[in-house]
Amino acid sequence: MSLYSLTLHDASEKLRKREISSQELIEAVFQRISDTDDDIRAYLTLCRDAALAQAKQADRRLQQESTSSPLLGIPIAVKDNFLIQGVRTTCASKILGDFIAPYDGSTVARLRSAGAVIIGKTNLDEFAMGSSAENSAFFSTRNPWNFDRVPGGSSGGSAAAVAADQCVAALGTDTGGSIRQPAAFCGIVGLKPTYGRVSRYGIIAFASSMDQVGPMTKDVRDCALLLEAISGHDQADATSVNRPVPKYSESLTGDIKSLRLGIPKEYFTTGLQPAVEQSIGAAIGQLEKSGAIIQEISLPHTEYAVAVYYIVATAEASSNLARYDGMRFGHRAAGKDLTETYMLSREEGFGPEVKRRIMLGTYALSAGYYDAYYLKAQRVRALIRRDFDEAFKHCDAIITPTSPTTAFKIGEKIQNPLEMYLSDICTISINLAGVPALSLPCGFDAGGLPIGMQIIGKHFDESTILRAAYAYEQQTHWHKKKPRLNQP
Amino acid sequence: MKYESVIGLEVHAQLLTQSKIFCGCSTQFGQAPNYNTCAVCIGFPGVLPVLNKKVVEFAIRAGLATHCEITRSSRLARKNYFYPDLPKGYQISQYELPICANGYVDIDLDGTSKRVRLTRIHMEEDAGKNIHDGHGDSSLVDFNRAGVPLLEIVSEPDMRNPAEAGIYLRTLRAILQYLDICDGNMEQGSFRCDANISIRPQGTDALGTKVEIKNLNSFKAIEKALEYETARQMDTLSEGGKLIQETRLWDENKEQTRAMRSKESAHDYRYFPDPDLLPVVIDEKWIDEIHTSLPELPGTRRSRFLSQYALPLYDAELLTSRRDIADYFETAVTIYPNAKAISNWIMGELFRILKERKLDQQLYIKTWPVRAEYLAELVQLIDQDKISGKIAKMVFDALVDAERSPQTIVKEKGLEQVSDVARIETSIDQILAAYPKQIADYRGGNEKIFGFLVGQVMKSMQGKANPQKVNEILKAKLSCTIST
Ligand SMILES: [Zn+2]
Repeated sequence: MSLYSLTLHDASEKLRKREISSQELIEAVFQRISDTDDDIRAYLTLCRDAALAQAKQADRRLQQESTSSPLLGIPIAVKDNFLIQGVRTTCASKILGDFIAPYDGSTVARLRSAGAVIIGKTNLDEFAMGSSAENSAFFSTRNPWNFDRVPGGSSGGSAAAVAADQCVAALGTDTGGSIRQPAAFCGIVGLKPTYGRVSRYGIIAFASSMDQVGPMTKDVRDCALLLEAISGHDQADATSVNRPVPKYSESLTGDIKSLRLGIPKEYFTTGLQPAVEQSIGAAIGQLEKSGAIIQEISLPHTEYAVAVYYIVATAEASSNLARYDGMRFGHRAAGKDLTETYMLSREEGFGPEVKRRIMLGTYALSAGYYDAYYLKAQRVRALIRRDFDEAFKHCDAIITPTSPTTAFKIGEKIQNPLEMYLSDICTISINLAGVPALSLPCGFDAGGLPIGMQIIGKHFDESTILRAAYAYEQQTHWHKKKPRLNQP
Repeated sequence: MKYESVIGLEVHAQLLTQSKIFCGCSTQFGQAPNYNTCAVCIGFPGVLPVLNKKVVEFAIRAGLATHCEITRSSRLARKNYFYPDLPKGYQISQYELPICANGYVDIDLDGTSKRVRLTRIHMEEDAGKNIHDGHGDSSLVDFNRAGVPLLEIVSEPDMRNPAEAGIYLRTLRAILQYLDICDGNMEQGSFRCDANISIRPQGTDALGTKVEIKNLNSFKAIEKALEYETARQMDTLSEGGKLIQETRLWDENKEQTRAMRSKESAHDYRYFPDPDLLPVVIDEKWIDEIHTSLPELPGTRRSRFLSQYALPLYDAELLTSRRDIADYFETAVTIYPNAKAISNWIMGELFRILKERKLDQQLYIKTWPVRAEYLAELVQLIDQDKISGKIAKMVFDALVDAERSPQTIVKEKGLEQVSDVARIETSIDQILAAYPKQIADYRGGNEKIFGFLVGQVMKSMQGKANPQKVNEILKAKLSCTIST
């Protein structure tokens, strides 16, 4: 087995036993990237020199300390909306120009102190707005399972990198499904934690009330380990919640006897690909066989989620993106006066999807429209949240497909924003409610494309969804399948 | 037709916190450009605001001191607009649910009290400063001020003429200074004011078309601008013209207002609750704690000075206009309770030195040029006839920056007043002998000569003679001589 294809927990064990060194592991991963990234195009920036220096340091620590950090010496990729001091940060947008981050974000700082080696920054939809990674201002990333297909988005680069063994694990951000949907499309595990579980300080904001950082990994154990490392209170983020971080890896018992799993009927009605429906059905059967209690539930306001999301998220985004004005950093056009400088800089710097959302959000907040759009959306959001509170009175976790379809073709939906928005229909409600949810592989369609199952949990109950996911993973082999990358 | 003006004021008061409202940067004034900045207050990508608790405390102090309701769960909101001095493209402020609402300030109009209602007080961040001069075609931005905490204090349109507006502003400023939350420095911009003014026929209730005036940088500017604007609006109406709702700028040099923007071109700020910040939840216990820690406020203190020390209104007003001076006065009066005399010394000699040394520019004087206990002792020495008023002035000057009590100074310099009749008589006799011609004049009816003679006696006794005694004895001696 090649070093680059190791899981995080396997690599960590080998490092600890000194069967391998971090430097060997990093070298192997960079070799893998150079062998495959011409096809995949997952990375926007590689931090080779810094990574090798960090690996060297990690090797020293591995020799000297009996550290408990499972991340020590492990190569991690991060989405290019994380700030790393001294490293170019693009957010896949031209507006940031050659912006070099002047500070480390909180999650990056946690990774560093855990000894992780950050190897590079992955592609995304510009400002994390999109479901296919096609909205990158630089290039589209390809799905490792089929180069004609999208990897999903917006954390498409991170998902593809994990699936193609171009890193051991990666971090993404998820505002409406941006970790889970690409995880499903690329056949990996991705988790969006509870809002407030992981600090948002140092990630470029899209929609502040929903953005959340999360792990993207090769299996559930890796996901638990990485989540544990990045979770916790941060004084720099007022919305981060001060409560203890459980030992998530200890919840991976394999035992889900009497675990009550709810199946919301609203997620199984519209536009599900037959292969997706079958795989999820089979997965539910498998969970039941393992001792879970399956029951139908209802999340009655599901049908409003997409509309609510595209008002709230765009409203917040329209304001969050105002700072990209060409004044203090990033791209500045040469206008004849202040107003023209603003207009040209933003005209040239932002891509069409970002502009579309800024306009939508600006409209939703405008005088005379605020009540009808933003305020009403907030009211419906409260109803959606209540749906989950009600449902969780009757079950411990909720099972749905992560996406109604498998990965679609590159170019298939890019001209039709509405259709693109609907590909997040299964994941969006979760961000509106702030609850945690995970996607893990549960099958393949006839074309060999991965299918993802979503497990949704109560606020701050990541342990239960990880336990359910792990129990399922133990009984299946989907996560062990690897894409063949020498495609014609 | 007779018109009255209807005036409401919006005050921006910079708070005296050590650090900015959403980051740890210093708020110190006068640093090199962009010295007090960080990723947060320059609005770099990825940063988040964290609310400075001191700002909330100061806002509650201001709210309680102005009889506001304190909102138990208030919200910060984003005010969206583009300007180079506004790093994030939005200002974090409050919109719905400000931290304080429905208060009032009582102002004193020549002895009668008038209530000015407050609509709201809210917290917000200041913007940076654009610098346009001296850099050719380009402008520079200094972000030292960006993120410095402000309170916006909005009054109801309760003032009826520019003078009332001035009194309201001075009263409000004194309250904030008493609370130790704002230094009230208009020149440095830590106490700024925008005015809303309309006019209406006297005796009517409907509000006219209001005009907002900006760029008011001193009390004088505010009163002048409001006077100008009242006249302008009256002229417009009496000439049959129409007023439009607009924002006008005060031009200090031309002493007039000019149109800046109309209501139609006003910004749509697209306020919405800031999702980066949780609701500001305030518990009763905290409010109670702040309430008990509030100092006595200027209005209350003035009334107390009137009744407790029987001071004239003028004295009480002047002494309570600053908390430090009122404190100084009370320290002195506690040691020696001649309130009026102490008040006179403070308003005369002490104020002169404070002005000379520009100490009155400090918000709260901690080190006084003359200690309050020394001033008390000085007044006591006068009252006990130990020194004369004239000598007292000399002693006062000697007390400046001194570590010796008035008594010590009097002793050291031998300044004690001489009331001993024998010594005074000796001196008078010598003078009478030295000026026979003047005595003859006096006897001839030139009464002015008496003063000259007193002066000569005082001079010969180095000013230490008890003037009353000198008067008595001299008079007796002169009349005595006449009768013999
Ligand atoms: Zn700062």
